[in-house]
Amino acid sequence: MFNTNSLVYLIGLPLFGATFLLLAGRKVDKWGHILATVLSGSAFIVGVDQFFQMANRAPEDRAITQVLFSWINVGTFNVDAALLLDQLSICFVLLITGVGTLIHIYSIAYMSHDENRRRFFAYLNLFIAAMLLLVLGNSYLNLYVGWEGVGLASYLLIGFWNQKPAYATASKKAFIANRVGDMGLSLAIMIAFATLGTVSFAGVAEKSHTASQGALTAIGIMLLVAATGKSAQFPLQAWLGDAMAGPTPVSALIHAATMVTAGVYLIVRSNFIFDAAPTAQLLVVIIGAITLMFGAIIGTAKDDIKKALAASTMSQIGYMVLASGLGPVGYAFAIMHLLTHGFFKAGMFLGAGSVMHGMDDEVNMRKFGGIRLFMPITFVTFGLGYLAILGVPPFAGFYSKDKIIETAFYSGGIKGILIGSVALLGAGITAFYMSRLMILTFMGTPRYTEDKNPHESSFLILLPMAILAIGSVASGFLLSHGNALVNWLSPLFEMTEETENEIMPPIVISSLALVFVAAGFALAWKMYARSAVSNTAPTDVSIFTKAARRDLFQDDFNEAVFMRPGQLLTKTLVSTDELLVDGTVRGIGKAAIGSGNLLRTTQTGFVRSYAALILIGAISLIAAIWVVTQ
Amino acid sequence: MIQLAINTGVTQTPEAILFWILAPLAVAAALGMLLVKKAVHSALLLAFVMVTLAIFYIAQGAVFLGIVQVVVYTGAVMMLFLFILMLVGVDSSDSLTETISGLRPIAITAAFGFGGLMMSLLGRATLGREAIGLDAANANGNVASLAQLLFSKYVWPFEIVSALLITAALGAMVLAHHQREIPRPTQRDLSIARFRSGSLATAAGLPGPGVFARHNAVDVPALLPDGSPASASISETLRARGDMKDSSIYQLDQINTAVEEEK
Amino acid sequence: MNSANYLYLSALLFTLGAVGVVVRRNAIVVFMCIELMLNAANLSFVTFSRINGNLDGQVVAFFTMVVAACEVVIGLAIIVTIYRSRRSASVDDASLLKR
Repeated sequence: MFNTNSLVYLIGLPLFGATFLLLAGRKVDKWGHILATVLSGSAFIVGVDQFFQMANRAPEDRAITQVLFSWINVGTFNVDAALLLDQLSICFVLLITGVGTLIHIYSIAYMSHDENRRRFFAYLNLFIAAMLLLVLGNSYLNLYVGWEGVGLASYLLIGFWNQKPAYATASKKAFIANRVGDMGLSLAIMIAFATLGTVSFAGVAEKSHTASQGALTAIGIMLLVAATGKSAQFPLQAWLGDAMAGPTPVSALIHAATMVTAGVYLIVRSNFIFDAAPTAQLLVVIIGAITLMFGAIIGTAKDDIKKALAASTMSQIGYMVLASGLGPVGYAFAIMHLLTHGFFKAGMFLGAGSVMHGMDDEVNMRKFGGIRLFMPITFVTFGLGYLAILGVPPFAGFYSKDKIIETAFYSGGIKGILIGSVALLGAGITAFYMSRLMILTFMGTPRYTEDKNPHESSFLILLPMAILAIGSVASGFLLSHGNALVNWLSPLFEMTEETENEIMPPIVISSLALVFVAAGFALAWKMYARSAVSNTAPTDVSIFTKAARRDLFQDDFNEAVFMRPGQLLTKTLVSTDELLVDGTVRGIGKAAIGSGNLLRTTQTGFVRSYAALILIGAISLIAAIWVVTQ
Repeated sequence: MIQLAINTGVTQTPEAILFWILAPLAVAAALGMLLVKKAVHSALLLAFVMVTLAIFYIAQGAVFLGIVQVVVYTGAVMMLFLFILMLVGVDSSDSLTETISGLRPIAITAAFGFGGLMMSLLGRATLGREAIGLDAANANGNVASLAQLLFSKYVWPFEIVSALLITAALGAMVLAHHQREIPRPTQRDLSIARFRSGSLATAAGLPGPGVFARHNAVDVPALLPDGSPASASISETLRARGDMKDSSIYQLDQINTAVEEEK
Repeated sequence: MNSANYLYLSALLFTLGAVGVVVRRNAIVVFMCIELMLNAANLSFVTFSRINGNLDGQVVAFFTMVVAACEVVIGLAIIVTIYRSRRSASVDDASLLKR
């Protein structure tokens, strides 16, 4: 049905949708969203077809490349606009188009009352196209185009309701934080080109052995900076919470399932660099571990259901980054967690959207309570996602997260114990805040006001949630059954046969994780189910809660360290420019004018006064002669 | 002392007598040139200074230059000055009142400073020897010797100066040439202009002077019908020279015979 | 007689000419004062010629006369031109080139 050349359709279909919807105008308002959904679905079908074609080929021949055109051709530097579909890309293609299509369907109902729905779907299609370009590009430069494209789509969608200044600010914040990361990516590309002379994945992988350790470490660190920006990792994590200003489907698709995982994709894709640069790899692990705890702690204090989920996303991506920093053994688990997370987190975000839909866009969990009675289907789908993220067997999270904790423990030495413990503790905190969210929203007694009328959402909203819930349940088992994903991806990574230093058997680790999860759940149950919950946030809380509510002072830190000094620097530069540079220039001008005005008084126009001046000059001359001949 | 006496005796030559008579006169004439009001008088005084200088030239053995001084300067150049004076006429610029404040004190101070310094420098300068005199140089006659120099050593400056003279002659012609851009107004044009001007007072032309003449003079203004004197009837030149009577004394009720008696 | 006396006379006449240029307003008189200065300089040249016993000074004085003649011709032509357009021979009236 499709051959190699159909790779371009993957990107082309949604790109056409975006262009068409943006240019066609109001005439297509009535059916524009249908077109966008159909195009996204078509891309998914192409992706599935490609997947089966690939599965039928021998593992060595699975990767295919399609050269679209020669993009840059300068001397020995050649960059083709080419697409690369391999075992890693196809995972992302299926996730992006699959979840993307479901969220298109969801959005049809969710955005039905928005007069700019056509524009929304155009942006969604634009995002799908850019994200596919990101994962399909065969070089860092092609990836960069998609990378910037998803940044743009994210910016447009976060600020979709930009009539509210806070939302517009949130989109700007996301964009600026991403720019920092983008700078890292562009620097990585430049260093790669400067030291290796090529920017394609294959070329860099081939030549990475020849490069110096320092250059590889530099590239690795710069790639990590890029990943922290796009994936909301420490220290560039501050934008993700505010990004929840966008419509909920956007949060589900871009800020949970796909775009924020681009950093993980970048690290896994650049495995040949990180494998050769242990320092950078260690930094990846550290960043992942920090973010994991950071997000989990913030999640415990958030009352805004979407922000709690966003903190959870940050924490879960921390798991993925941590896994991707563990070397060849970790890459597959990072991707596996990425895929399962894509299902259950998207499902939960859509569930949150459904709750908000039924509660007049209320997001404060303290004003929910007992909603399960009115929204049974939402409750069930959300609950399945909840069980998945907790890592309760046999749900998806169990397979992926346990493997990460396990790998962390096995990575050896004191480092292994340290990061393993962090991951284990993170699982416990995850259980606490997710249980808190679950209990506050669906359990207990209603705390909402009388005028709220909770009701179940329409079929188009429930259908994607149901499908994603199935994914939350089954994906983990399917991906890990017989090491399916590990074997699928293994040709991409240089597996080194490491001596497994099993400090304790996997079953012990799994049990430990379950104990932590159970403890977290029990704590949440005690605090929020057994005792009465106020519908306003209590103020007499410990300093840690206050810190967590303030996102662990991430904004305060950025403001104090970057924004204010930046503003000060700008003001200083402006005043320096005005006073010193302009002042000098203007001063010279004024001095010239002033002296000119002064000299002008001698220009009377009267020849006789000039003659008098000549006479005085002659006298001076003679006086000088008179003096020197003394 | 004896040498001084001899020197003093030597200066008592005809040349010294000539110098001490003519030099003060020349200085006085030059000073007068600055002080007299009328340009014509200045020109005459300058001519006198130039003739004096010509005499000094001859006295110093520069016979040719002395003659050229008289012929070219006193004759041609001063004639040119007088001619232009006639062309330009007399106006208020002859007045000696200073219009630029502070200039005259500066000029006088500067003059004393300049003169004093020059005198002082000259007095201090010593040649170290007596004047050689031109007897040897003028052995073949002053004119012949000058010619010798002019056409040998100074032949290039001479040629260049001749080119300069021709250029100057052409330049003077170009400058003095006046191309009329608008046609000369005819009598008809002038008449129309008079009627179109602000008042009809001058429509019949300016009144001639001396209409109410009690003596036959052009410096007496005409009287208007109301008896007031018409200052426009007197030539501007007369006014500039100050030769005009104050017109108010010809006011009808002001007339007194005493004025006429004086005249 | 001491030749230096002629030099003193020359300096005096030159000074008078210079003052005349400054104080007189009539352009023609100003010009005559310039001529006076040139003549004073000529007197110096002739005197130096005598003191040094060669005719070079006289030749220079001769050239000065020629140049002065040129200058007078052009200068007077300029005065006439100015007078024609401004109806005035006063040097103060030709004062447009000022601040």
